[in-house]
This record gives sequence, C-alpha cells and structure tokens, in this order.
Amino acid sequence: MPLIDFTHKGLYCAAGDFYIDPWQPVNKAIITHAHSDHARWGSNYYLCHEASLPLLKLRLGDIAVESIQWNESVNINGVKVSLHPAGHIIGSSQIRIEYNNEVWVVSGDYKIEDDGISGKFEPVKCNVFISESTFGLPIYNWKPQEEIFQNIKDWISDNRSAGRTSVLIAYSLGKAQRVMQCIKDADVKIFLHGAIWNVHQTLLDAGYDLPVAERVLPGTPKEHFKGNIVIAPPSADGTPWMKKFAPYSVGVCSGWMQVRGNVRRRNADAGFALSDHADWKGLLDAVKATGAEKVFATHGFQAAFSRYLNENGIEAAEVKTEFRGEEEEQEKRSTTSEQERADEN
Amino acid sequence: MKQFASLIKQLGTSTKTNEKLDALSHYFASADDADKVWVIALFSGRRPKRMVSSAFLSLWCMEVAELPAWLFEECYHTVGDLGETIALLLPESNANKSPDKSVSWFLESFIRLEKADEPVKKEFIISSWMAMSKDERFVFNKLLTGNFRIGVSQKMIVNALAKTVGLEPSVIAHRISGNWDPSTASFQELLSEEATNIDFSKPYPFYLAYALDTAVNDLGPESEWQAEWKWDGIRGQMIRRNNEIFVWSRGEELMTDKFPEYHALRDLLPDGIVLDGEIIPSIDKKPLPFALLQTRIGRKNVTKKHLQDAPIAFFAYDILEYEGQDIRELPLDKRRSLLEAIVANPGHPVLLLSPVINFSSWEQLAAIRESAREMGSEGIMLKRRSSAYQVGRKVGDWWKWKIDPLVIDAVMIYAQKGHGRRSNLYTDYTFAVKDGDKLVSFAKAYSGLTDKEFAEVDAFVKRNSLEKFGPVRTVKPELVFEIAFEGIAASNRHKSGVALRFPRINRWRKDKSPNDINTLDDLRKMLETYGK
Repeated sequence: MPLIDFTHKGLYCAAGDFYIDPWQPVNKAIITHAHSDHARWGSNYYLCHEASLPLLKLRLGDIAVESIQWNESVNINGVKVSLHPAGHIIGSSQIRIEYNNEVWVVSGDYKIEDDGISGKFEPVKCNVFISESTFGLPIYNWKPQEEIFQNIKDWISDNRSAGRTSVLIAYSLGKAQRVMQCIKDADVKIFLHGAIWNVHQTLLDAGYDLPVAERVLPGTPKEHFKGNIVIAPPSADGTPWMKKFAPYSVGVCSGWMQVRGNVRRRNADAGFALSDHADWKGLLDAVKATGAEKVFATHGFQAAFSRYLNENGIEAAEVKTEFRGEEEEQEKRSTTSEQERADEN
Repeated sequence: MKQFASLIKQLGTSTKTNEKLDALSHYFASADDADKVWVIALFSGRRPKRMVSSAFLSLWCMEVAELPAWLFEECYHTVGDLGETIALLLPESNANKSPDKSVSWFLESFIRLEKADEPVKKEFIISSWMAMSKDERFVFNKLLTGNFRIGVSQKMIVNALAKTVGLEPSVIAHRISGNWDPSTASFQELLSEEATNIDFSKPYPFYLAYALDTAVNDLGPESEWQAEWKWDGIRGQMIRRNNEIFVWSRGEELMTDKFPEYHALRDLLPDGIVLDGEIIPSIDKKPLPFALLQTRIGRKNVTKKHLQDAPIAFFAYDILEYEGQDIRELPLDKRRSLLEAIVANPGHPVLLLSPVINFSSWEQLAAIRESAREMGSEGIMLKRRSSAYQVGRKVGDWWKWKIDPLVIDAVMIYAQKGHGRRSNLYTDYTFAVKDGDKLVSFAKAYSGLTDKEFAEVDAFVKRNSLEKFGPVRTVKPELVFEIAFEGIAASNRHKSGVALRFPRINRWRKDKSPNDINTLDDLRKMLETYGK
C-alpha cells in the first residue's frame, strides 16, 4: 500500500490518518506553506513550521494549529513526520514521512537558490519524492538573484531620474518580502499596498527584521510617492488604486516574465523573471539529490517533467492536484479590495 | 547587434507609442548608416531570403542544448515563438568576451551564405549563437526566420525617420516604398529625392479607410459623398511608367509576375499612370469569391488552368499619377473624371472601372447596401468628393461601411496555445456544428474575445482536458460561441465541405448550450445562398 494516496480531498497518508495541503476540510492537515492554494480553510487541526504559524493565522483566522521546527520530528499514529526547509517563502517546508522503513517526501513549492529570508532548501533522501513542477520546462532557467536585483535597482534608478514612481508587482506573501531585501539599501522610500502591509506587520510582530516601509493610505500626499517605490500584489495591477502614483512604471516580478509574450500581455513596462519556484535545472538537481526511486510530479508542466525523468532513468508519473503554482496563486482579492475601499472612504 | 538588440527590447516592452518613437529616433540618430538602411528594410518587409530553414535551426538548438525533439516542441508551444524558444534553450554563452558585430554584417552574411553547404551554415549559426547574450540571440533568430512582428508599424518607422531627418512623414513613406536593395542603397541615397525619381516601379503609400463607426447620416449632406462597392480582393496599385507595367499589393509586394493578365495593359495605357484599385478574380465583369484568388497567390507558376478558372481583373477606383505628375492632391471628383477617361480608353476586359453607386438619400444607400452580397461585394466605400489621396490610415474622408457579417452558433472542440502576447494561453480554437449526433469541425478562430474572456476560456480548457503532448487539446464540447464570417465557399479540403472567409468569434453565447448550436445543414444552406 502506498504511503500517500492521491484522493479527491488531497494527498492522504492512511497509515497516519492525516492529509498534506488538503483542498477540502479534513480532520488533520499538515501544511507545507501559507500560500492560499496549499493552506486552505476549514480543517479541524493544522500542523506547520513555526515560521508559518503567524502567517497561517493571518490567512485562516482562528484555527487549531501547532508548529514544529525544521528537522524536528513528531509521531502521528505511528508515522514519523518531520519538516525540512523548502526555500520557497518564509516558513515553507518539505514534509518527510517515514513508516515501516519507507520514506516519502512532499516538496510543497520550493526553490534551490538561497534568497536570504526563506531558509536554504535542503535535499532530503527518500524513496518517493512528490515534487512540484511549476516551471518544469528547460526554457525556465533563472539568473542568479544578485543579477536580477541589480536589474531591478537599475530600473528603479532610471525611473527616479525620469521622475516616475516605480510600482513593483509581487505576491504579498513571499515575493514582496524578497523584493524588499533587494531595495533596502537603495536610497528610496518603500510604500506597501494594504495586503502586503498586513503580511509585513505579521512578520515584524513575529520578530523578522524587515526594511522600513510605509503603508499607502488614502491620505498619503501624492508627492510622497514620486521617484520612490510602491510594492503591490498582482490583484492591484491595473486598478484605479494605481492612479495616485502617476507618473509611474510597472515592473512585474514573476517567473512567467521569462517569456516576452507574458510581459506584453501583462502590459508591464518591465518584467523581472524572479521566481520562488525551482527552475528546470533546479528541479532536476533536487530530484537527483533525493535519490528517490519514484517521483510524482504535481502542478505545472508535470507531463513534460515526468516524461523527461522517465527517459532519463528515473521512474516518474504525473498527478492531478489542485495546486496552482505561481501563475494563479490567488491573492485574497475580495478582502484586500474591500480593505482598500474602506481606506479610500 | 548589441545596440539593435537593446532597441528591440525597448520596443518590445514599451507600452507607450511615444516611448517607442523616442527609442527609434534615438536609434536612427546614433546607429551606423549601413545598419539603419537594413533596419528600415526589415521593418518595411524587405528581408534577405532565408538562408536556413526553421527546421535546421531547431535541430541545431536541440543538439547544442542536448534536448529531445518532443521537449523542444513542448517548449515552442509554450513560448509561442521559435526565435525566442531557441534563445531561451541555448546554454550560457561567452557573450561578454565576444566582439560585437553589426546588424548589416549579419544580414550580409546571410546573403553570402545562402547557397553555402549545410555544415558551413551550421558552423556560422552555432558560433554566432555562442557569442551572444539571450537578447541578441532572440533578435538574431528573428532575423534568420524572417518574422519581425514586434509591435512596431511601418507608420511608426516612418514617423521616427521623419523626426530624425526633418522631412514630412508622407515624403518618407514614399521614399522608402518600392523596389530598393538594402545591401546597395546608402542611407543618404534612400532618403534623397533623386533616388525616388529614378525608380520607375515606386508605388505611392496607400490611403486606407477606417470602418464607419457612427450613423451614416452623421456624415452630412449626401451630395458631398461618393459611394462605391467595397471589393474583397487584394488592394493594388497598377503602375505604367517607362514603358513597363508594375503591380504592387498593399503589403508592398511586387506582384506583376503573378498576374500575366495585366501584361497586355502595357500597350494600352499611356505612360506616367498610377491607378489604385482591387486585384480580383472576375468573369464577365463580375467579381468572383476571394477563395479563387487564393488558389493563385502563393503559387510559383501560374498555369493555364489558373488563367482559365480564376482569371484576374483590376477594378480601378482612383488615379494617383497622370502624365507623370503626382496628382494625389487633386480632389477626388477631378481624379475620378481622369480615371474614367483612362479606363474607358483601353476597353480591355482586364481593366475595369469600379462603378460609382448613384443614390439620393442615405436611406436609399442603406437599402442598396443590403444587396452588397449579391454584387459579390462586402459593403460600401464612402469617399468625400473633395478629398485628396492621403497617406496611410486617416480618419474623416474615407470610410468603409461593411455589411453585417454572417453568423452561426458553434461549440468549441479543440484549443491550442497562442503566440506573442498570448503565449502559454489557450486562445486558438476550433469550432464545430452538429450533424445528427456528431460534431463536425468547420472553422478556426483566434480573435474576438476580450483578454478577460480569453483568460476565462483558458482556465476552462486547462480544467477540462488532460494535459498531454503536442499543441492541440481536445476540449469537452460545452462552450458555445457565435462565429461571424464575411463569406462562404465550397471546399473539398475541409471535412465540413465549406471554407469561411475571415471567421472570428463574435460573442460568447453563455446563454446557449451545445444542444442549441447550428447544424451542418444550416451551413450548407448558407453556402447555397451566398456561396455562388
């Protein structure tokens, strides 16, 4: 019997009677990270990494939740469960499950490069590896973070000399904090959209050292934005909320910006292929480092990725899940826009 | 190449016309002259012959990047652009250490190597790739594959040049049109007046009409307007100069050799004449469907059968040059009198006068317009009698007033990812009508939905078909769309037996289910009514 079944509610470990990142309410859920397609509402009990805990509470409200640290293990109905850094966002973890001398690892979302805030990805030896494959095509090969950060800084300084505000589009949890690391030394003020501000406050309260930033408020005088930086989530892009920053340039930070057509479709002035997911080479390296005999590819280009693995001597199969990867990681659009509307009034 | 690659990058990502214009005029003010000539050539559709096929480029890229063919294909369908796919897949280069080579050097190398052996070409391509950055590789590949659609119109090039050299855009448009060779023309020559006079084949820029977007009554008194049928052929210019005949299409392609019917006119027309009109198949002065014209364009050799089945005529509706003088500034009614005299004279069945429609009220004209389809026309052209022949698409004096398209409700059955700004998005669809309990595909359409609707359909496709290899996904037949088209013709190349002209999505019929769609019989009836 496999250690994990792919059920309509999500990844299920029958031996331990728990789910991993279920997309329907269950009794016991272990959560890889706090993004909305992985951490969903309605379960009776949650277990996550200690850094995910405040974020989970921010997003899911009053829930029954416990946390552990990386490499700390707990026993659930005789199954040994431990968390290991995934490098995706703050608190993101791979989940290792051991039972009867068999080890499975669920990757959640991950990236190989150390971004300085999410913890460095650690390969975990296992028999079976359930891997994401959001960017599972060889066209996705990221430049080092240093280089992309330099591009972003150059773009900001161009905007500044042209008297424009730089509006950076980044997911409120993860990308926004990463981008802030890039610009913290630049001599500019950082303004945050309400959705990002909420995450920012939560992380500050949890003791994270983040750059100084100000929230965009209806009363903030327009001149304050000029030549400075606004960080906003994708849901704010193209809405009337942006008007007060004019004149501005929009720079989208996402792995999808690797392809020109996507930059043009987003109508962005600049696209930065900065991703919190592993690129093609990262995925292959990660799979090899686990030493797994069998790989399941979940969301993204799972068909291509698993076929390539099969052709290269690693048994692999694709699995249909409801994880969405980077493209459709939905912000809690209704709540943020209501919040912003309240701010406007 | 570095400067050109950075220009292309700026043009590709800039969202504002003014920024693009600035980038271009900055380029024209600072780049090397030989490069500028090539850049003008490229953006106006003049490119060297392909020195190597896309298939070889793909193959060499797979070899260098060590990828299987299926994975390369998969990447291509996701990126939606071959040149970009290759640029993304090639391994890291030593671009920083390599000396920069000019755009003209590359293009002249393409010409030089066109007849070279395959290994020589391969060595040239791979070593060029390995000396370039990703952005340069992309531009280089685009130059090689010859598809340079990057959101810059010829009009913009013309405006940027006008700004740089201080001439009127209409003058520039004329000078860079026609027959010239970028490997011999110099920048000064190209933009000088003398060069324009020597090239006898040089056409004038076409004057293009916008679609009428108000009520026709708003155009003012009927007496100020001339009405003509709008023909569904290829817009063309017929030039008789220096004892020769030249025929240009609106796409600035010299098509004289494709239409031997026109050669007889050389002896019948006076010298120093340029006519504007429609290249269209016709028998007994009646226009025939565009589908017949399609059997001839794209063929290398015109056969006797072509000449018999799809004989071509020229429906003239304007005259731009008379006795060697540019008369575009004359009012339309003056030009029309000259045109009528010229066309009446040869009395040749190949040169026909596109008739003026007599009407005394807009109501009457609206009623006449209803019969356009029977006339083999797609509507009415309205031209102000006092109008000059302008350059490019201009609002105000010329309008096209097309008849409403034919429509049919159909269900989507296949979807494929799009290209360019629709990359990695399912936007190319195949539609079917009912035939008993079967579905029969009859049309593909790529346009007509908003970005938001495309995103919605894309999400539906991704949810309602299993991921698999190859570009096309079979989709659960559930979404119903109204498909609009301009004409219908019999076809034995399609399963449905019909070929549609300009099919596109008119609207998404969320109110309809697949049970409510039209049938193959409905299509056949349309063919019976309109396809003859």
